[in-house]
Formats: sequence, C-alpha cells, structure tokens
Amino acid sequence: MPVDSYKYIPLNWRKDHEAAPMKRASTIWTPLQTPLPEARLALLTTAGVYLSGTQESFDLEGERRNPTWGDPGYRVIPRGAQQAQMDFAHLHINTRDHHQDFNIALPLDRFAELESEGRIGRLADDHYSVMGFQSDDGAAWKQETLPEITRRMKAAEVDALVLAPA
Amino acid sequence: MSVLARFIEEAGIPTVIVTMMPAVAERWRAPRVVGVEFPFGHAFGMPNDAAMQRSVAEHALQALSEATGPEYRLDVPIEWPIDTKTAYRDWQPLEASPIVAYNKARAAAAAVSAGS
Repeated sequence: MPVDSYKYIPLNWRKDHEAAPMKRASTIWTPLQTPLPEARLALLTTAGVYLSGTQESFDLEGERRNPTWGDPGYRVIPRGAQQAQMDFAHLHINTRDHHQDFNIALPLDRFAELESEGRIGRLADDHYSVMGFQSDDGAAWKQETLPEITRRMKAAEVDALVLAPA
Repeated sequence: MSVLARFIEEAGIPTVIVTMMPAVAERWRAPRVVGVEFPFGHAFGMPNDAAMQRSVAEHALQALSEATGPEYRLDVPIEWPIDTKTAYRDWQPLEASPIVAYNKARAAAAAVSAGS
C-alpha cells in the first residue's frame, strides 16, 4: 500500500491538496558522485530546532503578529548536540515528542550509528534547522538562508543532504 | 520543504526528502522522495524507538544509492503503532497556530458579513 499523504490532516485540506496542480514544470537532478560508504552526509530539519543556551530562538512573536509570515532564518546544529541543549520553535505541531527525542526530526544519533558501521563515510560536523512555515512558498529562504547553507555544505565537502520536514 | 530540496539539488548537492506528505513532494518535483505514513513532526518515527528511526534512515540511504533519475519515490512500510484518532489529536499544537486562528477568524467574519 502506498503511503496515504493525507491521513493526518483535516478533510478540507486534503481536497485542496488533491486538486492542486504540479507546482514545478521542470525536474532537477544531481547524481550522487560518491558511494555512500565514502560519502559525507548532512541533515536538515524544518522543526525549528535551536540550542537554547547559545542560540536565539526563531522569531515566533513576529509570526504571531503576522500569521502569514514565518522566520526565514536558520540555525547550525553540530553533531553531538544533546537533548538537553535543544528547544523547538514551532507553532504548528505539538513538540512534546521532540522534547523527549530530537531524533524523530533530526536523526543525528541514527546517522552517527550508520557512520560507525561504515554504511556512510562520514556524518558532517554541522547540520541545519529552519522553520517550515514560510510565506510565498519559501521565497524568503532563497535570499540568504539557502545560499548560505549551500555554501557551508560545499565548504564542508558534503556529498548528500537528508531533509526531514516537521 | 521541497523548495529547499530543489534549491540545494540545483546548487549541486544531491538531496533526499523524508516526508509525511510524499504526494505533495512529488507535486513539487522534489528529486528523491521517501514517504512515511506518520503524524506531522515525526518524519523519522516514534520517540525513543531507535529501531523505527533506523529503518527510516536506511530507506533514505536506499533512495540515495538506488535512484538513477528524478521523480523517484520510496515508501516506508511501517504502520504507526498508535490508533489514528489518538495520533491525529496528539500531533496538533496545544493552541491553534497563528495561521489557523487567522483563517478561522476571517471565515467567521465572512460568514457574518454574508449573513448581514
């Protein structure tokens, strides 16, 4: 059975989604150049993760003032970050489970295991967190956040990125 | 989220997106899509269930290693271990998100205005 993409959303949202046309005409493709056992992987989550002791939260007040806007910034989450350091800036889901185990949205521990077993070459030192709720289909991300994240990943010789929406 | 995948893929780094809404990612033509039938916020599974998270992570690796071209989709055959009604309730924020509250208020205002 294929995954039901609309199992957990209200019925009227499902109808809107199912009626929506293709959003992009073109396909995009970059082949993986390095076999996974030699490849360096990074992770990106949209769960609004930040390190509460050392990083600012995302701008939740701005979103409350302007409900159609979402903070387009990003935070760098280093591998080895611990549960107690993490907080979650997200007004669209209940983050109770994330406070128990961040790996459900940013599976650093699982990919560290895959690294130690040789299934991937290396888990990168830096990973990325953004807020998934954005206006204009994420247009603001393209101004600074995405060019910066891409530049950082290239400098860190990242071979592939795993994205986890939240 | 597919916007992120497309941007980064176009910049030259291969991506795989693990998503609760694979049909939406396909509509955006994200290059490699791994679908999970999990409640929102839980792309990699249940908290403190390393085996489930690991299985999803391995599907992401499978997508990266075996996809040979765009419009690739792989679904993870794991059933959420909590009944749908409870899981549906549990992922919702404790108070309505700003956009949901805003849209409700607008719909209510429109209904009042239509009735006047």
